[in-house]
Amino acid sequence: MTTATLLEPETPVDEPLSGDVQGLTQKSLSPRQMAWRRFRSHKPAMVAAVVLILMLLFVILSPLTARYGVNEPVFQTEGGVSNRYLSPRSVAWFGTDEIGRDLYSRLIYGTRLSLVIGLAAAVIGVAIGTFVGAWAGIRGGLFDDMLMRVTDIFIAFPFLVALLVMRNMLGEISWLAPILGERTSIRFIILLLALFGWMVVARVVRGQVLALKEREFIEASRALGASNSRVILRHLLPNSVGPILVALTFSVVAAVIAESTLSFFGFGPQPGSGSTSLGILVASSKQNVLTGNWWMVVFPCAVLLMVALTINLVGDGLRDATDPKMQRGHA
Amino acid sequence: MFRFVVRRLIWAVPTLLIVTFLVYVAIRIGTNPLASYLRSNQRASQEDIDLYVEQNGLYEGFGGFVRGYFQWLGGFLTGDWANSIKGNQEVWPDLKNAIGNSVRLAGIGALIGIVLGCTLGVIAALKPGSLRDGGVNTSALVALSIPPFVSAVILQMIFAVYTREWFPGATWLHFPTSGVYPPGNSGFNLTAMAEHLVLPVTVVAIQSIAVYTRYMRASLLDVLSSDYLRTARSKGVSERRVLVRHAMRNAMLPIVTLAALDFGALFGGLIITERIFEYPGLGNFFLEAYSNGDFPQLMPWMVIVVVAVILFNLLADLSYAFLDPRIRLD
Repeated sequence: MTTATLLEPETPVDEPLSGDVQGLTQKSLSPRQMAWRRFRSHKPAMVAAVVLILMLLFVILSPLTARYGVNEPVFQTEGGVSNRYLSPRSVAWFGTDEIGRDLYSRLIYGTRLSLVIGLAAAVIGVAIGTFVGAWAGIRGGLFDDMLMRVTDIFIAFPFLVALLVMRNMLGEISWLAPILGERTSIRFIILLLALFGWMVVARVVRGQVLALKEREFIEASRALGASNSRVILRHLLPNSVGPILVALTFSVVAAVIAESTLSFFGFGPQPGSGSTSLGILVASSKQNVLTGNWWMVVFPCAVLLMVALTINLVGDGLRDATDPKMQRGHA
Repeated sequence: MFRFVVRRLIWAVPTLLIVTFLVYVAIRIGTNPLASYLRSNQRASQEDIDLYVEQNGLYEGFGGFVRGYFQWLGGFLTGDWANSIKGNQEVWPDLKNAIGNSVRLAGIGALIGIVLGCTLGVIAALKPGSLRDGGVNTSALVALSIPPFVSAVILQMIFAVYTREWFPGATWLHFPTSGVYPPGNSGFNLTAMAEHLVLPVTVVAIQSIAVYTRYMRASLLDVLSSDYLRTARSKGVSERRVLVRHAMRNAMLPIVTLAALDFGALFGGLIITERIFEYPGLGNFFLEAYSNGDFPQLMPWMVIVVVAVILFNLLADLSYAFLDPRIRLD
């Protein structure tokens, strides 16, 4: 019997399974430990997690791993030797761009900025979504109906169109300017992406709350006089950590890709002084497709794909690990 | 059933009014129609400007917005559309072409996605936990992780540059990478059109195959573990019949709903693909109008897409209620 089949569906997280009550010799595991065991047995997710951690280390330790500064040419042009558009070679492992900067180093700096944007947008979005979703789920009524209708439309609406229209509108409202900053600033992009990031999370959390709020342990705490906010904070959210965590990983990917898409169309962040983002680097591949500078296309695209894929795989593994229902397929 | 349909249709009207009003406000504030008109027509006389403001109902203040919205709506519904600010062109002919092109691209992409995706999903779900299942599921996730502009740029690089360079003889490998027709073509030409569709459709299909594969697999797995399948088997129904008549029919329910939702989104959502392949569809139309700040072009576009989204949403709900007898309406 695997640990998976032992788990009752929707076991509350803070209620340890006592395996040895009926004389079972097996060591009892908390649901969290079980989730970790299941995650470990999910091979693609484990590989992705290792690759992701390596990438994160590479990016965090950028002063050590990058070979050149973000705006530094690989060598000064002298004696007629140009440093522009060099194909990959020992002086520049991934080649150089149109003004002779090292693509490898720029990819490290760019990924760092993009991950910061993605993480910040996702964390803000998930926080808002959790709050709104939990509130709508527990209160129900008109607010809940409105929320569902609004998110229905936004989720079905072409994402990029909504993003571009909102970007223009928020950029024009003058009293928002001190909060949001310039239209091309990093803060603006983070807040813009967070504004779109909360809806899916809100629906997930609402669903969780609706599923849990009629359960006995909630009723018990209600009988003890717990308020809405106490029920949410002490019981509903701790029991929804799994789905929220999964939503967080997918939000990070969505935000990173959205940032790249915006940059690709020239509406992305423009960090000053030669600084760069993954989106800007991927966007520059556009001009290099037809000129045959394949390294300017392949490496940024590969890095973006690697970031998206590893985080998606980890999220997929997390979902399988934290959602007992998914186990039926594997059993 | 009938009452449910009527009630949903009646509810759709105020939803549409509110959403289109919000869109109107967003575009009025966001694009600043007057400023972009002056940018495109720098030598416009005061009379031209007044006429433009009058035609489009660009009044200021909140009351002005409401009044402008209803004036715009009246014009929109009676077919009295203002001309575009760039080149003073009629909006509808271009928009109509764009809709046709987009429906063709989205339709073929979605069709390939549904057929191939459902097949792959079934193949995976029939042997859950096997290597085959893991392979299909993981490759679907890989395909989902490829942003469309990455696949588009890579395909363009391969087929515009490298196949021509490396295999100059193999003309069947050379696909055009932009537009609907080769330059200078006039009239209808099916082969040229099909050739131009290959790469954009591939980009759309990669994503939709992956989505449908994962949905179909999850849906079928869910059905396969249900009690009524056990009942059917224990009655002695053949395995083949169990799968086709009992499992598949139920597993297809969410797929139909997803397809309806998906088509609404695809309708205006192919912006990235269309831009990269310079395919003159709705997405390209929007980007053009957006960067010009072309209010007379943007508003009909937005409203048509909003209507499509809401209609397909409604269709998704109805299809679910219609196909699944367990769902009782009224």
